[in-house]
Amino acid sequence: MYRYDEFDHTFVEERVAQFREQVARRLSGELTEDEFKPLRLMNGLYLQLHAYMLRVAVPYGTLSSQQMRKLAHIARRYDKGYGHFTTRQNIQFNWPKLEEAADILAELAEVEMHAIQTSGNCIRNVTADHFAGAAADEIEDPRVTAEVIRQWSSLHPEFSFLPRKFKVAVTGASNDRAAIKVHDIGLQMVRDARGRAGFKVIVGGGLGRTPLIGETIREFLPKRYLLSYLEAILRVYNELGRRDNIYKARIKILVKEIGAKAFAEMVEKEWQFLKDWDVDLPDEEFARIQAYFAPPPFDDLPAVTASFEAQRFENRDFARWVRNNVDAHKAPGYAIVTVSLKPEGGVPGDATAAQMEAVADLAARYSFDEIRVSHEQNLVLAHVRQADLYAVWQGLIAAELASANAGLISDIISCPGLDYCNLATARSIPVAQRISRRFADIERQHDIGGLKLKISGCINACGHHHVGHIGILGVDKKGQEFYQITLGGNADENAVLGRIVGPAFSYDTVVDAVETIVDTYLGQRRNGEAFNQTLARVGFDPFKEKLYAPH
Amino acid sequence: MTAQIVTANRLGDGAVIYLGRDDIWGERLGGAAVARSQDEAAALLARAEAPAHRTNVVGPYLMDVIDEATAPRPASNRENIRALGPTVRSDLGRQAEIPGRR
Ligand code: SF4
Repeated sequence: MYRYDEFDHTFVEERVAQFREQVARRLSGELTEDEFKPLRLMNGLYLQLHAYMLRVAVPYGTLSSQQMRKLAHIARRYDKGYGHFTTRQNIQFNWPKLEEAADILAELAEVEMHAIQTSGNCIRNVTADHFAGAAADEIEDPRVTAEVIRQWSSLHPEFSFLPRKFKVAVTGASNDRAAIKVHDIGLQMVRDARGRAGFKVIVGGGLGRTPLIGETIREFLPKRYLLSYLEAILRVYNELGRRDNIYKARIKILVKEIGAKAFAEMVEKEWQFLKDWDVDLPDEEFARIQAYFAPPPFDDLPAVTASFEAQRFENRDFARWVRNNVDAHKAPGYAIVTVSLKPEGGVPGDATAAQMEAVADLAARYSFDEIRVSHEQNLVLAHVRQADLYAVWQGLIAAELASANAGLISDIISCPGLDYCNLATARSIPVAQRISRRFADIERQHDIGGLKLKISGCINACGHHHVGHIGILGVDKKGQEFYQITLGGNADENAVLGRIVGPAFSYDTVVDAVETIVDTYLGQRRNGEAFNQTLARVGFDPFKEKLYAPH
Repeated sequence: MTAQIVTANRLGDGAVIYLGRDDIWGERLGGAAVARSQDEAAALLARAEAPAHRTNVVGPYLMDVIDEATAPRPASNRENIRALGPTVRSDLGRQAEIPGRR
């Protein structure tokens, strides 16, 4: 894992001290709210429906056990005993007090964390594949790239006041688990004909009011030019982005309006000018950062672990959990564990302080002290020996974290919605809870197979509903909550936006509608087709007929 | 016109508060001063925005209420949730203190 150097430490500590001062000046009345608001937002402190909300950055979703324990401590000491993991791989605390905000930031600084770049029109916390460093299909650990970008972008004077917020996602693998095509910039590691590693560069993706899939503007960018090329993209955007209209200010609108080809040419021109200035990282510096992400000292193990196979054979529940929540690891004898934060009837992404500590303990004992937060609002133990899987599972059962539903219909992404969020038009969490209860039967979920259901409480689409196989958007119609359903979306390497199936459903009928969709799929499915395959073959009509048939 | 009251968040802890008849902010919606005409609403908001409140109140605004004989009730879903707490956590927010709601 990356460790702060002296510069990082000093910088973060200075920020805490500055913020403490700013809060004191606000509380004494020296600063007005208008003056103070941008300062608190720069430190991740929002004001939501019920209280302040602190969004803490988890760079590329990686946490040490010590950091997770600190989050648990903050939840208990300064909040109401829990935290919410988000689709940006961050964590949000829903009830911090302004009076204690600087103390929380000071506690975070102790474990090399902060809340910078979680708000405002800057380059936000960079996200990455949550299986980084463990995935079998990976070229290189994407977190090295993400960390390089983090260091380059933190407080970058030219890019601290962009036309709008800016999100970068990186994957080192061919299977995209980081939704890179729906980010302002998506980077995918690829190899050129000579086998050298570099990036495919995708720009202009995003969800929200105007959902768009990103366009590839460069098939191969040699690794050493990463920063100069990103700088060229940001410069073109900074100059031409629509500062006059908040709804048109994201880079995706610019790319769409002028076309990906023209945009790429502008970037290329800017890059030719920039690339020989000292923007790019010297090789030694890159190597220094890379060293922090060196693989942990894996033992030499056989690919198959006999004890694990036996446990799987003997215990059906364990076997079921393994089937869904355990993925192949690149090192023989190891496995990747997804810790589901989607218990039946639970709040997607929420974890109690005790659960955070339980995961921290399991990571310390069985996964080289490291935890990941996934954009699907789960946690990941990336490097577990197969021989330890049973013990990890037992530990998760004790912490009520052993739902065997990763990737299934109850593994729902849901934004906070109207239960917490100031911008919401409808609730999303209770809809997720009701769906997960309706499909509680795990055998039934297995029969349905992989299905991504995503819910947002407003058009801002933090719940990624456009790219759910089934997407749900909460809207307000004359003071009543209604839910618009989209079908056929997808967030992986074949990213596509879902299409609206028809008129919206009421709060009371939306869960029935989801069940009707699932039943229609099961009725139409051939030879183990996935949901989107069946939908592509039969079209929307069978679904519409069932959903809107007169009763 | 729909009856209105003024709500805001308390500066120090962000709690949802309402402007009372005596110009004191409190957590009880039932204790809020109700405006029943546009003039009354404008005057109420002006009182809420007075300099004296700026050191303890954030973002005051008018919200619609249903003006019932006993006490006003929020007219919107959003304000109902603000008044009570998250509908998915009956142990949190003001609802946790109301007997029989948990
Ligand atoms: S999608 Fe809307 S309701 Fe949900 S968290 Fe984002 S802004 Fe809030």
